[in-house]
Amino acid sequence: MSGARIALGAFLALIFAAPLALPEFHVTLLNYIGLYSIVTVGLVLLTGIGGLTSFGQAAFVGMGAYTTAYLATRYGWSPWLALALGLALTFVVSLFLGFITLRLSGHYLPLGTIAWGISLYFLFGNLEFLGGYNGISSLPAVHIFGLALDTSRKFDYLIWALALLALLSTRNLLDSRSGRAIRALKGGGLMAESFGVDTARMKIVIFVHAALLASLSGWLYAHLLRFVNPTPFSINAGIEYLFMAVVGGAASVWGAVVGAGILTVLKQWLQDLLPRLLGQNGNFEMIVFGVLLVLLLQRAREGIIPLAMRYFPAPKRVLPQAASILPQRPRPAMGEVLLAVKRARKSFGGLIAVNDLSFSLHGGEILGLIGPNGAGKSTVFNLITGVLPCTGGEVHFRGERIDRLPARAIVLRGMARTFQQVHLLPTMSVLENVALGAHLRGTKGTISAALRLERAEEAMLLAEAARQLERVGLGATMHEQAGSLALGQQRILEIARALCADPILLLLDEPAAGLRFQEKRALAELLRKLKSEGMSILLVEHDMDFVMRLVDRLVVVDFGEKLAEGLPQEVQTNPLVLEAYLGGVE
Amino acid sequence: MNTEIALFLIQDGLTNGAIYALLALALVLVFAVTRVIFIPQGEFVAYGALTLASLQLGKLPGTAWLLLGTGVVVAAVEAIQALRLGRFRRLPAILITYVLAPAAVLWLAWWAAPQKPALTLQVLLALLLVVPLGPLVYRLAYQPLANGSVLVLLIISVAVHFAMTGLGLVFFGAEGSRTPTFSDAQWRLGVLTISGQSLWVVGASVALIAALLLFFEHTIHGKALRATAINRIGARLVGISPAMAGKLSFTLAALIGALSGILVAPITTIYYDSGFLIGLKGFVGAIVGGLVSYPIAAAGALLVGLLEAYASFWASAYKEVIVFTMIVPVLIWRSFATRHIEEEEE
Repeated sequence: MSGARIALGAFLALIFAAPLALPEFHVTLLNYIGLYSIVTVGLVLLTGIGGLTSFGQAAFVGMGAYTTAYLATRYGWSPWLALALGLALTFVVSLFLGFITLRLSGHYLPLGTIAWGISLYFLFGNLEFLGGYNGISSLPAVHIFGLALDTSRKFDYLIWALALLALLSTRNLLDSRSGRAIRALKGGGLMAESFGVDTARMKIVIFVHAALLASLSGWLYAHLLRFVNPTPFSINAGIEYLFMAVVGGAASVWGAVVGAGILTVLKQWLQDLLPRLLGQNGNFEMIVFGVLLVLLLQRAREGIIPLAMRYFPAPKRVLPQAASILPQRPRPAMGEVLLAVKRARKSFGGLIAVNDLSFSLHGGEILGLIGPNGAGKSTVFNLITGVLPCTGGEVHFRGERIDRLPARAIVLRGMARTFQQVHLLPTMSVLENVALGAHLRGTKGTISAALRLERAEEAMLLAEAARQLERVGLGATMHEQAGSLALGQQRILEIARALCADPILLLLDEPAAGLRFQEKRALAELLRKLKSEGMSILLVEHDMDFVMRLVDRLVVVDFGEKLAEGLPQEVQTNPLVLEAYLGGVE
Repeated sequence: MNTEIALFLIQDGLTNGAIYALLALALVLVFAVTRVIFIPQGEFVAYGALTLASLQLGKLPGTAWLLLGTGVVVAAVEAIQALRLGRFRRLPAILITYVLAPAAVLWLAWWAAPQKPALTLQVLLALLLVVPLGPLVYRLAYQPLANGSVLVLLIISVAVHFAMTGLGLVFFGAEGSRTPTFSDAQWRLGVLTISGQSLWVVGASVALIAALLLFFEHTIHGKALRATAINRIGARLVGISPAMAGKLSFTLAALIGALSGILVAPITTIYYDSGFLIGLKGFVGAIVGGLVSYPIAAAGALLVGLLEAYASFWASAYKEVIVFTMIVPVLIWRSFATRHIEEEEE
């Protein structure tokens, strides 16, 4: 039994025993910690992992609470039915808010949620049918299998059962194909898009997920107190939820419980202490919370869990057994025209970076695209991979026009790329980074991930990632953090990730840049091996030496125009090329 | 609704709108220069208003102690840094700037307050007490994270807002204050009565905006701020220190905030926590301008003021709901007007 399981078991035992043994006051605190944990775990996902944020979570909590309070007292609905409706309402509102703000830059979501949080608070306080600022009282107790959960001790079990479900399902979600995409949102958006992740959709998914958890917590809150009023759903409460998420940090979903626990107990203690110290009444704990948060963000940005985790080594992960391997797409014939660039043109204002460039690449060959710095190589690369739109001309892949397609659609057609500046998720393992490349070869979404219904597919994806890592010779580093690898290994990792997408054409953007001699040799070795296995490769480079000994054919560009094309030996003696590289021989 | 009421509401809306416009400009300025979404702007409004109110009662405002306390903390942080780097010669300057100067201001306020000087002097003294808090807060909370993402800076802002609201409660207490009007004059213009206070507010706002314009166009510091706003790295390469730009923009924001508070205090009762909502209304205006455009932000803020005036007439209980829901159509409009840009941060 691993340490994590023992810890979980001890935690469960504590939760189970607490209502039986502890005094009422402590049970109440425990209940609140459970309620806040449910909201906070959503924010950990949204803020800590996804890099987005919301100050309006308290308003979603209020939606859940008020929906059930109103329906249960006015129309006598069953709380369970009201829960379903509350979640549905929250779903619609959060989808709408996410849709209008997530297309904009990152700071519009938090600003939008502040406005939304304030509006809803005043709405609760002024709508007469919701009881105004006095609220709604005498809510019915929740019944479960005929048992009334009418004391806070009994209700504790329901709260923590749902809190554990929220924690475990969020953890499951993160440890899956969708989870890898979510974890790539912060700092890896461009890379994720080029492996087929719809990042805009993933952002909305986590925002809605967080909102639904908040709404669930609100429903529990309403039936725990059997009373609701607007105060606990104010913008300040929304801010406190965010504090809990920041304190807990993003390293683990359990950070949510830690953050909620610390802030709840601290608040209780400060509300007792500070008014006595200052001799007047008021929410003086705000000062301490504010200062604490600033210090935490300055000194320990990742929250306090990582500080504690230093003393607990991470458990060794075991690769699950895959029942079968992922299907592969059929290989193209040798010599078939795979990629055809036809009079491609790109101008940035008055600057023409690529000027009517044409070339083609055939099945089974390594084509080098070279040129001096600033020749327009990377722009060409971006035109082919769909990162930039062409100003004119066309790009065809296996006869299909692709220059109007987004990066996501291009990888789906069998073209995978690496990046000039390595784009990795440094805190994720090497295996998971590589598995992200296989994103489009899986189909299971967030819900099946949260419920663990995608284990067979997940095992196949991980097995594929492991296979590609072995193929490129990085098998031994599989479980290390990607950020701990040397630059040469990181570039090889990017190739493994691209291979995971099952490409028939591999696009490499200056893979040798910044590598040491030995690393370059290993890279050249690997590319030759891939070619011998039938892979076609487009290599963009400016390191002549590296390219000459590797490629079948070369295209030389300078000032965005094609200077020469042909076999390496021909190109090497071409006077135009020599002039471009050596500044002319008089 | 008759013309008289309609005109009155317009006057009311434009008066408040002028204040929101000032705040919106400060928010755009701070965001452009430092990428900080300056939520605590509203606290400067409240501090400005309540400091003036204390002075008018002949009392020493709590902000004097807050200024000294913050100064001492900054001095400690700076001194530790100087000692670590072995730059002992900086210590006297640190002591003078961050401890002795605030102490001198405290003494001045303590000496002047009971004598109830003229309004102009009270206003100047209030500004002297509140404005230095701007750069001090920047130094303590933001400068160590100046290269952080917009998100981290935003969370810092909210934390600072929390702390400053709580401190406002400690130093000013829970009671609200309303200061006497600057002018009791009234003019009748047809059916419309124009109050002197409205003219003061609008006039002061216009004057301040003009002064800002002159500052940005004609002074080296103004140009440095504009340069930083356009290209942070470029500005740094030509020798504009980001810390200087940050402190300067926070000083301006604090000045605008405190002045807004002084202008608004005779119109509404200000409590220690009133600033938040006032500042956020400036934000709604700033968001109309996409947090980039000064003129659109100002226009948006005027619109917020007008909307608020009419909302309080038609459905006064839902005033805040209506004003803050206005952000929804604005966001929808911006969402479709802006091309999606992939951001790579952190």
